Amino acid sequence: MFASLGRHVVGVVEAYGRLGRFIGDTIRALSDVRTWGSQTLQQMRRLGVDSLPITLFIAAFTGIVLALLASYAMTNYVPPYLVGTLVGKTMILELGPVLTGLALAGRVGANIAAELGTMQVTEQVDALETLAYNPYAYLVIPRVLAGTAMFPVVVAFAMATGLLTGWIAATTLLPVTTAEFVRGLQLFFVPFDVQYGLVKSASFGMVITLIGCFLGLTTRGGAEGVGRATTRTVVYSAEMILVLDAYWAVTLLRTHVMS
Amino acid sequence: MIEFRDLHKAFGANRVLEGFSLTVHDGETMVVIGYSGTGKSVAVKHVVGLLEPDAGEVVVDGQVVANLRRRELTELRATIGFVFQFAALFDSLTIFENVALGLRRRRTMSEAEIAARVAESLRLVDLVGTEGHMPAELSGGMRKRVGLARAIALRPKYLLYDEPTTGLDPVTSAVIDRLIVRTREALGVTSIVITHDMRTAYTVGDRIAMLYQGRIRQVGTVDEIRATADPVVRQFIEGRPDGRAAERASLATASSRLAQEDEG
Repeated sequence: MFASLGRHVVGVVEAYGRLGRFIGDTIRALSDVRTWGSQTLQQMRRLGVDSLPITLFIAAFTGIVLALLASYAMTNYVPPYLVGTLVGKTMILELGPVLTGLALAGRVGANIAAELGTMQVTEQVDALETLAYNPYAYLVIPRVLAGTAMFPVVVAFAMATGLLTGWIAATTLLPVTTAEFVRGLQLFFVPFDVQYGLVKSASFGMVITLIGCFLGLTTRGGAEGVGRATTRTVVYSAEMILVLDAYWAVTLLRTHVMS
Repeated sequence: MIEFRDLHKAFGANRVLEGFSLTVHDGETMVVIGYSGTGKSVAVKHVVGLLEPDAGEVVVDGQVVANLRRRELTELRATIGFVFQFAALFDSLTIFENVALGLRRRRTMSEAEIAARVAESLRLVDLVGTEGHMPAELSGGMRKRVGLARAIALRPKYLLYDEPTTGLDPVTSAVIDRLIVRTREALGVTSIVITHDMRTAYTVGDRIAMLYQGRIRQVGTVDEIRATADPVVRQFIEGRPDGRAAERASLATASSRLAQEDEG
């Protein structure tokens, strides 16, 4: 039992060592601007623009459900215009960023882990090095920068889509007029809400891409290893999204309430 | 000149290289033979700094590879072409972009010069007209030739071939062998060829070294190896299944696989 525990502890320490080295190598590779600069725009399109369809699909149905839920929960207790308030606040502060983050943990995180994992086990990463490229500058930094920059853009579209479908659902399926919905939307709106949602999204983008790159580049063991890296990326990314969500609530949101 | 000096390398409990020493002189083609899983590829990856030795050193043109800073290592790598076992072409790039990638990194050539160099390199490996194809559209043999074109496009001083004919049919293997000889004649490069295909070894090699149990068992010219009296080398070059060497090699392969799984 002690031997097993010891092996486990050594394994954990080694994993943290690999993570520390990965982060150090990534930071050092930032100086190779010419390499990552040429790749970043392409990654912004792949990770951001190409993610819009699935994100907007999720946001559209979330907006509809939110409007109906608000009506169901509050009918006979509060004025109907508060449907707009609930849809707006929930979509901007929480569901827009978190649901988009979880969806992109699957789409973007898994994609990065599988791609880099395959490159690792087929020696393409070694080939890059022999061609005098720094793999961290060529593969990691463009993806992390693209994820950090594009997630807030994608989430902004998700927020807008959720509000739009929430308004359509409220005005067509519920006894709420456009004027009432807009009034509710504006009632407790503060620009900080949008900032909060977008900062959160940027942190999700950074963490998902970092996890995908780390687990992809440390893949061992052929196709099975690639599958394992991909699954781990989705699981760890989803966990980190929820942890970060709580972190930002405790820091930014709580600070804002108390100030 | 490339020198391996008392190189040691282990993966977990599996000691792959245990005192590997070998000198490759300028202009020669050194073939390293040995059983699968005995560390031939591990040894050659030390030359370009893809692996760091546990002990000992690899010296290229007087520079100890493991002591080089990142920039110095990048400069050294620019003088070495590496042909990978399964070509290691970039799936998302066309054949042209694959061959041009290393040239673009150097930033010393215009796009027109790069295009001309890519065309010339593909012509050397008899693959004219494949520039626009994706790697997945090519056969295994063609992919290996593209891997060779990518390496020679850089006009390297050294060429390292990791199992260039493994998995190929005899005719395609002979084509690759001829390309290795032709490349040496055309570019005058110093080469290390890792293989367990004796036909390749006899065709392309000036000297042959056998790696066995982590160190060089014998090194000599093609004729010296053909006439060897060493029972282990004899068994290998004749491909006889019986004997202790084969049993140990099979154990080494299994052990190496398990150790690398553990590392992962």
